[in-house]
Amino acid sequence: MSDVAQIPENMELIYQYPDSMTKKSTHYCPGCTHGVIHRLVAEVLDELGVREQTIGVAPVGCSVLAYYYFKMDFAEAPHGRAPAMATGIKRVNPDKIVFTYQGDGDLAAIGTNEIIHAAHRGELITTIFVNNAIYGMTGGQMAPTTLEGQKTTSSPFGRDPRIAGVPVHISEIMAAIPAVAYATRQSALDLPGINKTKKAIKRAFMAQQQGLGFSIVEVLSTCPTNWHVDPWDAMQWAKENMIPEFPLGNTKVSDAVAALKV
Amino acid sequence: MARELLKGNEAFAEAALRYGLEAYFGYPITPQSEALEHLAKRMVEENRVFIQAESELGAINMVYGAACCGVRTMTSTSGPGFSLMAEGLSYIAGSDVPAVVVNMQRGGPGLGNIQPSQSDYFIMTKSAGHGDFHPIVLAPANVQEIIDMMGLAFDLAEKYRTLVLIAGDGSLGQIMESAELPPMQPFPRPRPDWALTGAVGREQHIITSLDLSPEGLEKTNLRFQAKLAEIQKNEVRWKEYQTEDAELLLVAYGTVGRICLSVVREARKQGLKVGLLRPQTLWPFPSARIAELAGQVRGVLVSEMSAGQMLEDVQLAVLGKTPVKFYGRMGGIVPMVDEILAAVKDMEGGTGK
Repeated sequence: MSDVAQIPENMELIYQYPDSMTKKSTHYCPGCTHGVIHRLVAEVLDELGVREQTIGVAPVGCSVLAYYYFKMDFAEAPHGRAPAMATGIKRVNPDKIVFTYQGDGDLAAIGTNEIIHAAHRGELITTIFVNNAIYGMTGGQMAPTTLEGQKTTSSPFGRDPRIAGVPVHISEIMAAIPAVAYATRQSALDLPGINKTKKAIKRAFMAQQQGLGFSIVEVLSTCPTNWHVDPWDAMQWAKENMIPEFPLGNTKVSDAVAALKV
Repeated sequence: MARELLKGNEAFAEAALRYGLEAYFGYPITPQSEALEHLAKRMVEENRVFIQAESELGAINMVYGAACCGVRTMTSTSGPGFSLMAEGLSYIAGSDVPAVVVNMQRGGPGLGNIQPSQSDYFIMTKSAGHGDFHPIVLAPANVQEIIDMMGLAFDLAEKYRTLVLIAGDGSLGQIMESAELPPMQPFPRPRPDWALTGAVGREQHIITSLDLSPEGLEKTNLRFQAKLAEIQKNEVRWKEYQTEDAELLLVAYGTVGRICLSVVREARKQGLKVGLLRPQTLWPFPSARIAELAGQVRGVLVSEMSAGQMLEDVQLAVLGKTPVKFYGRMGGIVPMVDEILAAVKDMEGGTGK
């Protein structure tokens, strides 16, 4: 488990790299919550003891290199297609744990078709959906989840619903799909939020393990770099602006998922 | 196995299953939907994976996912669906995984129609997606050949860890004729050691087409090119009919290749020394043999159900050694023997006889 050479007798090892993570430094910007969310997923896979049985699918976007940080088999999908790829992987490996890790551009714009149909088929996969209301990797363009009035490089006067429509609410869409066992929106904006997010991720993977249906955890996140604010202000901005638009909490919990002891 | 009366689409679907197809993902499109329908029944009966996807984009990416796990997997489609699959085909090529796609070509461009065509030659052999790659492209001319080529397609896909396309056309998909299916192969097949199988007691496997370093990606591309060169060296396939003494050479593939066999017979009856070369692989292309024959004949006639796409590869092979003429029909029209024969005779007139 631990590669710490020697722990003095009067000390206890209480925090270390999860087995499910590599020790590579991430390329994420300072203040980005991808690192935190990666770690939560890794801790959950460790706790469930399924690292060696897990196959991940990375998206296109800031987390395109997720497979450098997760220590398990991984594929890298075309933009938005992770749920289709994960479908192929899971159907030929029904005994494996399969998850996609996707951002808002990937999942809620170019990949809506794939996510909605994977959910309707009740694919026994888990999706971690990181929503920071902007395209990060391509340099801060408007995302499907960009708030009304929010300025981005492609909505320079603020998102105008008359031109660009309104934000996409994935967790609410998922709630309307009968084959979805678990859909929830959490946040990585403070410690209580992070703790709840971890619990939600664990519930989602357990739902998959038990074969209960499709599970998705949306995590509200930040992008200090493209929002042009420091990490602390980014957290505050997200709490003040994103949470009112994207309320936290479960949108769908099947009875069987509710009965899981997480 | 006994010979049976089989429809092209159902024949290749059943053959794929018998050759060990573990997962099929498809989307309905005429003129290949019978393959999807056949497998919807048979894959479930055999306890294998079948999904009717939400689109051809979904289908090809499900194939991509299953291919990353090292199983025999495929999809089948026709022109408009093939266009949609270009994205996935490029990723499959860019990550060294084996997959098979059957394209029953129909009239294009756009929605076109649902009649037989060969106008997807360029997109299949030269530009199946962004980036530098060529799939292996097999070209069957009858129901027996598409059955046999399903096995070959999986074998080649796995041998080279590459994408293999089967270039059929609406006519081949719809035709019914006598053919023999292979016996059921052992199943399930073992998973290869590079596949995503779960990192039990080993390092993680990563399957990606991404390499952000130009030096790294150039190296990867050089490796792809070396693989393609190896394929060009080993896998060129074609058939010849009465070329020994031919003074005129016909070059045609698939359904038109089959029609040209009748053209050769008819021409011979009329005293014209016509031979036929029918490429069975469109990529790699039998350029060397065509170049050789170009030195022997007074002219080459290429016939396709297109405006002249394979024609360009024949011209490149012939390199001006002898005149190359073209006879094509478009829009889903299948050329008749007498039309092509007339083109042969025109050519005879134009080559000094």
